[in-house]
Amino acid sequence: MIRDDLNKDAEYARAAYHDDAHGVQIRKKIWKVTFLLTLITIVEVAVGIFYSRAELGGESMGWLGIKLFYIILTIVKAGYIVLSFMHLGDETKNFKYMILAPYALFIMYLLFILIFESTYVLDALRTGM
Amino acid sequence: MAQAEEVENSVAWGGDGSPFRISYGKQMMWFFLVSDALTFGGLLAAYGFARHSVDSWPVAEKVFRALPAMDGDYPLIYVALMTFILIVSSVTMVLAVEAGHRKHKKGVIKWLLFTVIGGFVFVGSQAWEWSHFIHGSHHGAVLTEEGWAYVAGMEYVHEDGSEQVVMNDHHHPEIASLKLQFIDGGKYLLTGAEALTAYQTAEKNEAGNLLLDDGVGTVVKTAGAGADVSAVDIMVEGKLYREVEAKIGDENWEKVLGLYEGATDHIQGANLTENEYAPDVPAYADFFFFITGFHGFHVFSGVLFNLLILLQVVKGVYDKRGHFEMVEKVGLYWHFVDLVWVFVFTFFYLI
Repeated sequence: MIRDDLNKDAEYARAAYHDDAHGVQIRKKIWKVTFLLTLITIVEVAVGIFYSRAELGGESMGWLGIKLFYIILTIVKAGYIVLSFMHLGDETKNFKYMILAPYALFIMYLLFILIFESTYVLDALRTGM
Repeated sequence: MAQAEEVENSVAWGGDGSPFRISYGKQMMWFFLVSDALTFGGLLAAYGFARHSVDSWPVAEKVFRALPAMDGDYPLIYVALMTFILIVSSVTMVLAVEAGHRKHKKGVIKWLLFTVIGGFVFVGSQAWEWSHFIHGSHHGAVLTEEGWAYVAGMEYVHEDGSEQVVMNDHHHPEIASLKLQFIDGGKYLLTGAEALTAYQTAEKNEAGNLLLDDGVGTVVKTAGAGADVSAVDIMVEGKLYREVEAKIGDENWEKVLGLYEGATDHIQGANLTENEYAPDVPAYADFFFFITGFHGFHVFSGVLFNLLILLQVVKGVYDKRGHFEMVEKVGLYWHFVDLVWVFVFTFFYLI
């Protein structure tokens, strides 16, 4: 019998050997992602310095926009790390979705419950009811 | 291209074709990372819940604004530097994995070594950050009649008339200048003449709220209408900081000094039960310690794993084995540590 888990043509199978030309190609991609991640971090810090929550007001629309902006950039960063650095994007489709789908589902539930419940608690504290 | 590998039936996958076509070790590492990610997800969700269920929360760039061995104000610069170090060490890790796939042992050693160094630098930075957070600012926070305030600056006069900055000296009788920064929470009420002036002079946004120096104000009660408003109460939301500064001879010197000397409580630094950054929200420091601590513990164990694998590579274990997959497995863990930090950075420091 042949162990097909070790014997696939995929990029990152255990015994997959990359020749030098392939290596150059992969490294080029790595540096590209590095540049992007660094750029995003710099933009985030710059925005944090120029648009402060203390100045905008924690409940203002402007701050809400910046919060969303940060969350989107964070998800972009996380996507690059998981799909490129951890090369989940190069694994089989089955495996990729088995890792991502349940996690995404659970996180969305956690987010819902934390926003819903904390809004209720804050409201109760403010109105005393 | 991979070579087919004959194995005995007793150890082989007995099904038709394996569903994931991934080696056992890598698959288990992914399973572990998913469960670990849920732990971090739980911590961050608890943090989000705690934060959203109170009125005010400290602004991170007011709390984390120092650099080691430097005076001055550098909001978030240090933590951005730490983030960058961790991203770079993630890059060197992926380069080590890449070298492993070319069976280029020297490359693996070089990049793994850089990764280990980057990891140690990050852990060291985290230790400094903790120490700074625990020891707090020079003067701490005091509870005045108007609420909690940072003592943001203080100088005092010697008998010979020269002035000097005081460090860690609470209630000094010869203070020459004093700066209080109020951190009493997200809301306060403007009433009387102060409110009326603000109402008449401040700009309004589209929603009709007043754009005050201290933040956005919402009118809660008015007597009269239009230009004939005679009394008004304004709720200022999102106000987190208000500064009062005075020197001897200033007109509000007596008031500021009185507030300071009449203080009934004092907190310096942070521990699990109280902290000067958010005196009314002890949970702020708790979440800082637990989230960054749990992450720091992951970084530390990751560095140890990387170091161990580096030694194995040097010893030639993986040359004998024929592949460098172990580098890839600890690499997954290391990238995960970076991934978690991306979220901690956003939700604890930026937002």
